[in-house]
Amino acid sequence: MTRKLSILIVDDEESVRDSLYNWFIEDGYRVECAENANRALSILESDNFDIILADIKMPGMDGLEMLRRIKLLKTESIVIVMTAFATVDTAVQALKDGAFDYVTKPFDPDDLSHLIRNASKQIILTEENETLRKKVISLENIEDLIGNSEAMKKVLKEIESVAQSNSSVVITGESGTGKELVARAIHSNSPRRFFPLVSVHCGALTESLLESELFGHEKGAFTGAMYNRKGRFEMADNGTIFLDEIATISTKMQIDLLRVLETKKFIRVGGNKEISSDFRVICATNKDLKGMVEKGLFREDLFYRLNVVNIFIPPLRERIEDIPLLVDYFIRKYCTSMNRAPVPIDSSALKRLEDFSFPGNVRELENMIERAIVVGNGRRITLKDLPLERTIVNNSIESLDDLEKAHILQILNKYGWNISRAAKALKVDRVTLYNKISKYGLKPKE
Amino acid sequence: MKLQNITLISYGYFEESFLNSIAEAVHYELLSSVFIREGHLDLSEFYDPIRRQYNGNRLLKEVDSLSASDSTKTIGLFNVDLFIPILTYIFGQAFLNGRTGIASRYRFSNERYGIDPDDRFILERFKKEVIHELGHTFGLIHCHNPTCVMRSSTYVEDIDQKSAYLCSRCRDEISKLNDN
Repeated sequence: MTRKLSILIVDDEESVRDSLYNWFIEDGYRVECAENANRALSILESDNFDIILADIKMPGMDGLEMLRRIKLLKTESIVIVMTAFATVDTAVQALKDGAFDYVTKPFDPDDLSHLIRNASKQIILTEENETLRKKVISLENIEDLIGNSEAMKKVLKEIESVAQSNSSVVITGESGTGKELVARAIHSNSPRRFFPLVSVHCGALTESLLESELFGHEKGAFTGAMYNRKGRFEMADNGTIFLDEIATISTKMQIDLLRVLETKKFIRVGGNKEISSDFRVICATNKDLKGMVEKGLFREDLFYRLNVVNIFIPPLRERIEDIPLLVDYFIRKYCTSMNRAPVPIDSSALKRLEDFSFPGNVRELENMIERAIVVGNGRRITLKDLPLERTIVNNSIESLDDLEKAHILQILNKYGWNISRAAKALKVDRVTLYNKISKYGLKPKE
Repeated sequence: MKLQNITLISYGYFEESFLNSIAEAVHYELLSSVFIREGHLDLSEFYDPIRRQYNGNRLLKEVDSLSASDSTKTIGLFNVDLFIPILTYIFGQAFLNGRTGIASRYRFSNERYGIDPDDRFILERFKKEVIHELGHTFGLIHCHNPTCVMRSSTYVEDIDQKSAYLCSRCRDEISKLNDN
């Protein structure tokens, strides 16, 4: 391990603190001491330690109670308890409460070295495990971004160029296009990839819950806040925070968010201590943020702070050449997960998929393929295995006009903007179709 | 590399040839002038009757206060069993990047470990311990090189396995630390 491990010594006896301090300093550790449990907890609020060596018998709060509180506050720290009055009960209780080990004072120098070596090994293994897990996830994330179309190549190129920077990114695109996958790909290719990518679904939380979720809270900050809790910004230290559905946050949250983005500092709900965190922000939305700014629904200053780089993911209907690749990828993915050999897809079924508008985009295609593999005969995917005949309502469409517009556009695209064929399919005359095109401002894609 | 002068102060009886050998080893390893002198302390004040050992922390502070010279590193040499409150025993200790250390030869004789007596072992072990504690006073921390004298040793077997010399990395480090 290359980094210097840190040790916090908690003991009410000065001579014990001094002895351990000198011992560990000579071993090259970063060492701090606390004379009681309250002081230790106060130090731990602002600093992290790899190993905490704590006495059980102390005036005021004893070591066992402190251990419980440390476990609530800093679960990643390894706690070793020391006692001059070793009883099986206290030792068992300490281990049950999450202590890594316990030692009886005074101990042999070799026992102490052995104990710290074991704890160090545990720390190294935990960190390696975390790093490897993230590496595996990051590789999967890249593989999930499928597409050979010009539009997808552009997205991949943008991911590559933006990943190395520290700039804020806004990812836009319809629901189901893979905005979170793009966020993961950016994070996985960035220098922050060995640190966490923390996702927050802003749309799923009320304002107060979102505040507590993002900034964390102190014990007793509100009813039900039984423990101190780290916020997502704190968890994303050195990593990336992904704010999905950013357009849904309230005006107050927009102000709070702007301040955090500018200072990289925040205060937990109910707390009074400023916490710093070094994170990168990636946001996603299926709304037109710029339009929301013009309507006064989204703060302009926040918009410009977030929208340093914008990545637009085109809807699937605008990159139909990617559909065969995606279909093949999903077939392999689900057949592998179900321990089956990959099944072929009928050309007629594939053709129908290419003609389909996919209002739910790639997510909808993925679900269709998964369903086809589950309910199909297991030998090949045919047209009847695909739920294309039923009406799939796009959740983002609310009015009849929107529905009509989407349908006309779909038919026009299907017939390559041949007005006569499209009008025939829609069972309207050409003049009516021209009027509708004009009314909805429809244009063929370039 | 030319480091500060070093003084070895013996508290208790040490043979002259023994002290000279220690001083010579220190001189060659740390390239410093080494002086030997006798010190006098009432050790009973540092005796813990419950543990039947001598308090290393208090002895270190005492030696430090008695040898008040900023230009010299001092090692107090003892013949008594040392402890610090948290550990059952210590061979010696020093102020990291300070000017004082202590070392005891009490636990270095073979007889304590059921092996045939051999005074050469005591001398070799004590040389290593004195140089080790001096290394700390020059700012060196424990080294992972198995043969380096700055390797942490909790048993005499550990001391026997390492050499009485600094590894090249510790030698570079001590030069850097003391060039400033």
